[in-house]
Amino acid sequence: MTDNEQALLRTRRLSKQYGKDESLVRAVDEVDLAVGRGEAVAIMGPSGCGKSTLLHLLGGLDRPSDGELWLNGRRIDQLSERALAGLRRREVGFVFQAFHLMDELTARENVEIPALLDGRTPRQARRRALELLEQVGLTDRGDHLPAALSGGQRQRVAIARALVNEPLVLLADEPTGNLDSAATLEVLRLFGHLHAAGLTLVIVTHDERVGATADRLISMRDGALIDETRLTGGTRGSLTALFAKEG
Amino acid sequence: MQQEVVLALLAKEPSQGSRLRARLNDALGPLGEAMNAGQIYVTLGRLEKAGLITLDDPGGAADRDRKVYSLTAMGQERVSEWLTEVSWPKPDLAEFHLKLIAAAAAGLADPVSIVDAQRRELLRQLRDVQRAAMDELEGSDAALLLEGIALRLQADLRWLQACEASWITRKRAR
Repeated sequence: MTDNEQALLRTRRLSKQYGKDESLVRAVDEVDLAVGRGEAVAIMGPSGCGKSTLLHLLGGLDRPSDGELWLNGRRIDQLSERALAGLRRREVGFVFQAFHLMDELTARENVEIPALLDGRTPRQARRRALELLEQVGLTDRGDHLPAALSGGQRQRVAIARALVNEPLVLLADEPTGNLDSAATLEVLRLFGHLHAAGLTLVIVTHDERVGATADRLISMRDGALIDETRLTGGTRGSLTALFAKEG
Repeated sequence: MQQEVVLALLAKEPSQGSRLRARLNDALGPLGEAMNAGQIYVTLGRLEKAGLITLDDPGGAADRDRKVYSLTAMGQERVSEWLTEVSWPKPDLAEFHLKLIAAAAAGLADPVSIVDAQRRELLRQLRDVQRAAMDELEGSDAALLLEGIALRLQADLRWLQACEASWITRKRAR
């Protein structure tokens, strides 16, 4: 368990409910979660288990009904709309299943937008966007429209955009849900590099092959966290065992 | 190593054992590391005894790495047969299934914890496979094999989820 004091992201009995009385839905039900600085955490569970809602709460896209949420030592569940908007722009980066790129803007312009919205000069925004496109391996695609990019490339642009204002944490909601196996590996490789460089990641997924690449895999059911598996350490040893089985 | 695999590799051209091993390594990637260097010679020896391959120069090179093997007519035939076979390795789910039932019946262990432990083990295996896949070049032979292994592990993990749900329900009903 991550030491709560050192956690970058921490919740205490975080809850989100919809409706009331008989039609009350506990989408997120008293969740206690701590994500350490530089940790990669995957949240898995069947559809409707509340994992996306939880992610939205963590990133300030939605407000909890109850409980506490702390980011980088600051309580954020009761921020004003204005402060919350600032937090979404600067402190958290979001990546979605459907990429959500602007179709009429080039890859580079898509990456620049959040920086411009945050008050950077066009020159600063451009420099930062070019840096990030290089980091995600798309230097030569900056002037392409999203329609001219593959799914994996679009998601990498979306990841660059999410990182443009240097967020404390990257939150990804089914980031490989629209991708084939090769493109999924593309995105996982990128997450691997970012994680190695110290980025904190929270990934919601229904794909075990994605979840297995995290440091910690948390299972969610009916709005609650029910289990966690630590996946750090270990070696390639099991590949040998697998081969013996295959043979 | 299945004998037919080595036999089929020889169908391209007569070859030295070391060359066959290199081709196997290319196709298997990190999984090839599990292969013992001498294994291929054991297999080649058996195939020779069975009359499926022959040494091109029986009295020649003493060094096993330099001997060149080729298919006999019988070997050719066996390769053709093998290519059309549809046998498929079966994962042994029945054993695990019966383990849960026996554990529950005897009250020896909680089936749910057995499933949990198994799930963790498979997740770690899947992690290793995914790491290996991420290290492979896109489109390599080994990447394709690793994808298959990852998909199988994923299927097993999903079945374990069904096992867990079922045994939790049974426990509550008791």
